[in-house]
Amino acid sequence: MLTKRLSSFAVVSLAAGAALTARPAGLPAGAPRSPQQSEVILSISGESGARPRYAVPDFIARAADAETQAAARLMGAVLWDDLAFEREFYMVPRDTYKTIPAARSFAEIPFDRWRELGADGLVAGSVERTGPGTFRVEVRLFDVRTRRSVMAKEYSGTTANPRLYAHTAADDIHLQQRALRGAARSKLTFSSDRDGERVANAIAERDVKEIYISDYDGANQKRVTVTRKLNLFPRWAPDARAIAYTSYRRDFPDIFVSLIYQGTLENPTGGRGQNWLPAWSPDGTRLCFTSTRDGNSELYVMNRDGSNVVRLTSNPAIDTSPTWSPSGTQIAFTSDRSGSPQIYIIDADGLNLNKITAESWCDRPTWSPAPFNEIAYASRTGPGYDIRIYDLATQARRQLTGGQGSNESPAYAPNGRHVAFMSTRTGKKQIFVMGRDGLGLKQITTVGNNYTPDWSK
Amino acid sequence: MRIRSASVAVLTGLVVASLAIGACAPKKPPVARPLPPPPATTPEAPPPPAPPAPVAETPVVTAPPVVEDPMATRSIDELNRESPMQIVYFGYDSAEVSAEGRAALDANAAVLKKYPAWTVTIEGHCDERGTAEYNLALGERRAVAAQSYLVALGIPASRVKIVSYGKEFPFDPGHDEAAWAKNRRAHFVITGK
Repeated sequence: MLTKRLSSFAVVSLAAGAALTARPAGLPAGAPRSPQQSEVILSISGESGARPRYAVPDFIARAADAETQAAARLMGAVLWDDLAFEREFYMVPRDTYKTIPAARSFAEIPFDRWRELGADGLVAGSVERTGPGTFRVEVRLFDVRTRRSVMAKEYSGTTANPRLYAHTAADDIHLQQRALRGAARSKLTFSSDRDGERVANAIAERDVKEIYISDYDGANQKRVTVTRKLNLFPRWAPDARAIAYTSYRRDFPDIFVSLIYQGTLENPTGGRGQNWLPAWSPDGTRLCFTSTRDGNSELYVMNRDGSNVVRLTSNPAIDTSPTWSPSGTQIAFTSDRSGSPQIYIIDADGLNLNKITAESWCDRPTWSPAPFNEIAYASRTGPGYDIRIYDLATQARRQLTGGQGSNESPAYAPNGRHVAFMSTRTGKKQIFVMGRDGLGLKQITTVGNNYTPDWSK
Repeated sequence: MRIRSASVAVLTGLVVASLAIGACAPKKPPVARPLPPPPATTPEAPPPPAPPAPVAETPVVTAPPVVEDPMATRSIDELNRESPMQIVYFGYDSAEVSAEGRAALDANAAVLKKYPAWTVTIEGHCDERGTAEYNLALGERRAVAAQSYLVALGIPASRVKIVSYGKEFPFDPGHDEAAWAKNRRAHFVITGK
């Protein structure tokens, strides 16, 4: 296996991805100590069964400098968006907060005013500068009725990425209040021609495509590959520290793995045949991929380092586009063995083939994470495609998109509650995300063409 | 690199030759009607004895100007820009070579037989209607179909590489059947000579 530091590879700065140091800030005196008990007692409820209404004002800046002030404003806004994204709380719109005087400390919060606004929960935060380039951020969730702090967390880290403090607090709030794994710190990866770079080919000048990453909300978009070639179909390793993708850096498709925080590159298939569309096993130890090394497009599984290659399919038709079940025991893929491309499921040892679609053209199956047990795929529904979801337990099918442009390449959020996909609904190819119920559409990219997204696990 | 310097040498030789010929030769032939290529350089073209007739101002150089083979003198880039290799087109979601496709491949095989040093890469391409993921395999299948046909005609497989670009490099950026028909193709790129 090849592992080397290459100049054609952008190292993602650690500051952007590193976890913050978190510790619980002092719980209110007399609060129950048992975590089990406190979860029950400290959860904020809404009026008569309605979703609790949350307000998130700007954080309190405990320093007068512009950077701290801007970070305090940004963290409040980002945290509001993060909480709105999962739709567990009704988020009181921020433009209604104007009449409420900004608190300068947690002790000054005018709870009666927030109650008037109908808030059940109030997330208050403060930003303190602890040194050159470091912040300490305190976030508290208050039950507005009892005026008690039901969650208090303190985060320390650099000033490089204020959004990360808000994302971390949002995930903590979802976990504590809803036992939900939020997506706020997850990341997207996709292929893009946005830099308009072209490469001279024998036939014509051609657009190159490079691999990019971004936060789940589209912020912090960064380029990962610098090859001036085609780089397609990126997939996050389960630990979100590496991306496997198909690259034409040697002018034929082969599988590469970029360790984005180390700046190293691996080439597990090592040019043995032509190889594309890698998919990580859920434990990150293996990759399933398409190869023509034996003369036809078949599925293979190899260890992450390229060893122990096992052929999975054996059919004169095309077999491609694999995705693993969350347990790692099955693989769904695309095959045209029945005439047109359709989705099939096979056991990870190559046995028990099952066809699950009979439509015009289906491709890019993506298996949902637990607790959902479904497969999203692109289905031709007219001139273009729509995202459909097949529920493996009920065998029911539903459609997420409704023919606005072509909608392809679905990828699940780590909690299974959202789907990222490519759509042409605004003209060019762009990445969008929406809830698994088809609601909450959000555009992630706007520059150039962007496609084949994947969501970190 | 070796090939390149060799071809530069050939080129310089021919330039010298054509300069020498220049005096009597008609203007350099216009560039390229690719097919059929003119006959290859005839090394010992017997000078027509030309005894009769108005031999007023006989030139020094060996008589009929050696007809250069434009294919032989051009660089690989030039060859690809006005390629003697024909494009093979395919039907929707199909890698079956049609009658027109066979004719194109027959012509391409003839070119490859005529220039036994040439190597090519067949690029398999798809129209935009398929999905990006599946299309990589479909493009590959088209390239393989063209390659197999050539091999059956006696072209060694080692001279014909293949690569699929799926729908990533459309030839025509349009979004109608006319554009799609041009984009479902096996495109020959000359990679060595």
